[in-house]
Amino acid sequence: MLQIKDLQAGIEGKEILKGINLTIQPGEVHAIMGPNGSGKSTLASVLAGRSDYEVTGGSVEFLGKDLLDLSPEARAGEGLFLAFQYPVEIPGLSTINFMKTAVNEVRKYRGQEALDAAEFLKLMKEKMNLVNIDKNLLTRSLNEGFSGGEKKRNEVFQMAMLEPRLAILDETDSGLDIDAIRIAAAGVNAVRSKENATLVITHYQRLLDYIVPDFVHVLYNGRIVKSGGKELALELEETGYSFLKNEMNIA
Amino acid sequence: MSTINIIKDKARELGTTQADALQPIRSAALASFDKLGVPAVKHEEWKYTRISQLFNQSYKIGTDTVDSKLNWELFRLPEFETANELVFINGVYNAAASTVRSAGLVVLPLEEAAKGEYASIVSKHLGHSAEYLKDGINALNTSFLVGGVFIGVNRSTEIEHPVYIYTINDGRAENVFAQPRTLVHVAANAGVMFVETYGSIGHADHFTNQVMEVVVEQDARIEYYKIQNDHAGASLVSTTHFRQVGKSYVHAVTISLNGAMVRNNLNMVMEAEYCESNMYGLYFTSDSCHVDNHTIVDNAKPHCLSNEYYKGILDGASTGVFNGKIFVRQDAQKINAFQSNKNILLSDTASVYTKPQLEIFADDVKCSHGCTIGRLDEEGLFYLRSRGITEATAKSLLLHSFAVDILEQVKPDAIRVYIDQLISERLGSYYGNAYPI
Repeated sequence: MLQIKDLQAGIEGKEILKGINLTIQPGEVHAIMGPNGSGKSTLASVLAGRSDYEVTGGSVEFLGKDLLDLSPEARAGEGLFLAFQYPVEIPGLSTINFMKTAVNEVRKYRGQEALDAAEFLKLMKEKMNLVNIDKNLLTRSLNEGFSGGEKKRNEVFQMAMLEPRLAILDETDSGLDIDAIRIAAAGVNAVRSKENATLVITHYQRLLDYIVPDFVHVLYNGRIVKSGGKELALELEETGYSFLKNEMNIA
Repeated sequence: MSTINIIKDKARELGTTQADALQPIRSAALASFDKLGVPAVKHEEWKYTRISQLFNQSYKIGTDTVDSKLNWELFRLPEFETANELVFINGVYNAAASTVRSAGLVVLPLEEAAKGEYASIVSKHLGHSAEYLKDGINALNTSFLVGGVFIGVNRSTEIEHPVYIYTINDGRAENVFAQPRTLVHVAANAGVMFVETYGSIGHADHFTNQVMEVVVEQDARIEYYKIQNDHAGASLVSTTHFRQVGKSYVHAVTISLNGAMVRNNLNMVMEAEYCESNMYGLYFTSDSCHVDNHTIVDNAKPHCLSNEYYKGILDGASTGVFNGKIFVRQDAQKINAFQSNKNILLSDTASVYTKPQLEIFADDVKCSHGCTIGRLDEEGLFYLRSRGITEATAKSLLLHSFAVDILEQVKPDAIRVYIDQLISERLGSYYGNAYPI
């Protein structure tokens, strides 16, 4: 589904990703872990198409298309979703209106008919129940004055609405207490299927107690330096990231 | 002969043809205009608005006869069927086209009001704006005081239906210079809502120099909405001078979407305790449109509250000016005055000049002010696009959401929806993409 080959990217002339290789198949859950500054969020941003980042080498193929060639909205249309680490507050735009526009633009991209008001409300209700989010939150201005947990839950709701093939969760656990993590994770699990895949980017292991990965990759200094099963996350939790520095220095 | 001299001659001529009760006021104003002249850019209040350039072309002077069959109906506002409608054509009140349906609402030619039952109100309040602020443009309007109206709202009357004011110019044949004049008196414990819109028939340039004085008595309430969306050759100086002589409530919203040079002077003179006034504005300009909002809030007495919030979206080579003056006189303790002005610049050639100006002489007051100028939020744009929304639609959504809190201040649903449609149409055509509601 997703094939990243020797991806190199940076910002303002500074190289951050120094050759990433990663393949994700439908139905899989991958976790990328790594210390601060290793390039985790850069990878998420590059995949979603944030224009501040410059790709200097390598390729990314998503469902047979050259992902890097697509605009952010086309990537979403193709089925890529990024749950933001810091969801943006937009006063004056309700989540409902935002999602109505987004769902119909994505449907248009996919050659589907736009949903009318009734169909949209039905879909919204279904997804609201699925991810356990309150309607009052959705009628308010997008993320404005939301708590950290509410913002992340809203991200999961948007993900459920857009039914992506690949969801990238960028530090979805950051700033959340354990209950909020559990709720967000439950939402993510509720929308998982055999056809879609999830890429969880996190600093800590605890989110992976709730979203159990098939593969764990350790990102360090712009490269994936270690890959393994879910036990690798537990190992990291024990030893921390300091071992990496030693290993890397020896290498 | 220069345009200014032609205008002055015309004003002098009025002195011989119009022998009504207002003639002394006209003569005095003409003398004042002679002395003050058209404000130049060296005048601090007119620094960014080069009004003198509007006098470089010739005009038909608005008090000349008008075409009675003019199709002003084009500009009718929603729900006009039940509204009171006052029509000004080339600056002159047109009684035949106007409809007054609400009981308790009195509409009279100013000349008539100056001698009847309302004579004392007229003599007390007509021209107060000129005494308050010496200004050549105001004097010029007063020197042509013909065809103006007096609008009175009787004591303890809630005017159920809105009062729509259409300020229309007939520019089919030649450029027009129009100078509408209104005196509004809202008596004690009365309530009324005005919506004013401006329009042109034909494509000639015109210049409207409007003065409106509004007196709000004890426990009276007034809402005032202005919608400015005229063509690119339409210039306007709109002076709206509120005098809150008793504890009262004023809610004013000014929406400026198009025009050549538009200058709004909005003055709130709070002469009584416990007055409340709200002033909101939205300007959304493109091409070479110039919109200047000059506001004054004058707190003369204690315990007053004023909220002021103006927002601007500027594109093309357009210019926005915001100048918010707040006076707090020595006796005006315990007042609250808030002011904010926020702007988004969409192009490198658009500009905005914003200036808060607070003069505080009391020591126990709460005043705040702030202004921002920025670009469209890149992070917000990426967020929306990452959800599959095209760049054009995302921009429209963001700009619309920026305007929403001003739109929400337009209380009547039909008018708010009408304005929202104007804005949404603009956002749509502007980005070549229909704005999704």
